[in-house]
Amino acid sequence: MSADSSFNETERKRVVTASLTLGGAVGITALSFGLAAVSAGANVWQACALSFFTFTGASQFSAMSVVGAGGSLGAAFGGAALLAVRNFVYGLVLAGRISNDASGNRLPLFRRLVAAQFVIDETTAMTTAESEPRLSRTAFWVTALSLFVTWNLGTLIGALAGSLLDTRALGFDAAFPAAFAAMLPAHLRTRRGRLAALTGAVVCVALTPFVPVGVAILVAVVGVLFGVRP
Amino acid sequence: MNDEAMSAMQLSSVQLWGLIVLLSVVAFGLKVLGFVVVGGRRLPAMLERCLALIPASLLAALVAKDTFTSAQSLVLDARAAGLIVAVIAVWRRAPFIVVVVAAMAATALVRGLA
Repeated sequence: MSADSSFNETERKRVVTASLTLGGAVGITALSFGLAAVSAGANVWQACALSFFTFTGASQFSAMSVVGAGGSLGAAFGGAALLAVRNFVYGLVLAGRISNDASGNRLPLFRRLVAAQFVIDETTAMTTAESEPRLSRTAFWVTALSLFVTWNLGTLIGALAGSLLDTRALGFDAAFPAAFAAMLPAHLRTRRGRLAALTGAVVCVALTPFVPVGVAILVAVVGVLFGVRP
Repeated sequence: MNDEAMSAMQLSSVQLWGLIVLLSVVAFGLKVLGFVVVGGRRLPAMLERCLALIPASLLAALVAKDTFTSAQSLVLDARAAGLIVAVIAVWRRAPFIVVVVAAMAATALVRGLA
């Protein structure tokens, strides 16, 4: 489909529906983040601030997982920041698709900074799935805004619920490994990915008794060395 | 986390706020660096391959840490039952919420029985 007046309304509706549906699904993930963050020791405001300002799920889960286990500020920060590096890579991919408006003019800096906050897994997947430029931009902005609303709302509800319940008796701490396990399969499709994952897990378990809490997570990043050879 | 770990949070509330501010600034900085500053350029292929493997390594390490460790000890407790259930649910392509709730239920059940 070309990027002229033949722009198809049916196609646009398909993209909007898919983006809103994803937003709804992510709201559920946010519920479990709110619960897990509170069970790890955050208060409701802290859980909500993480979702609003950090706004990148895996890093948020990672930071609270290390904090909950008794890790230091540096260890909790290091693992979460490493996970956030992929948003830098997504930014490179999305810049060519999102930085300009329909007539090819560069968006104002403020709009691009706002867009940058929304550069995450889900928006990248939805945006790159569309090859037509206008559909691509629609996918980005609808996914971004619906996700931002549901992610923050879900976190608030989950954190409020978590602060009222006996999180340990209900097994809420098990939300952490389950959430990470659910995020993992997308990264195991290649042999390289599976080797990196196996190495990460083994290194983490092997080092845990010998290094401060959370540091084993940082060292587990050596698994990326499987990417050195083509 | 088991019992000791639940009370193991070392950070004060103020330090946790510090972590949140620091992480938010760095997370936004990385997004801006890629999207606004560097823009549509390609990275060297080797760097691209390595960066793409960060989530595989760290997510697997986090699964291992949150299931088999408590502070600096290796442990096997009710959380292992939760992980087994979670892996089966992921394998069967269950939705995220089903994976998490099933894992929590299995962990709570085993704790209740113990």
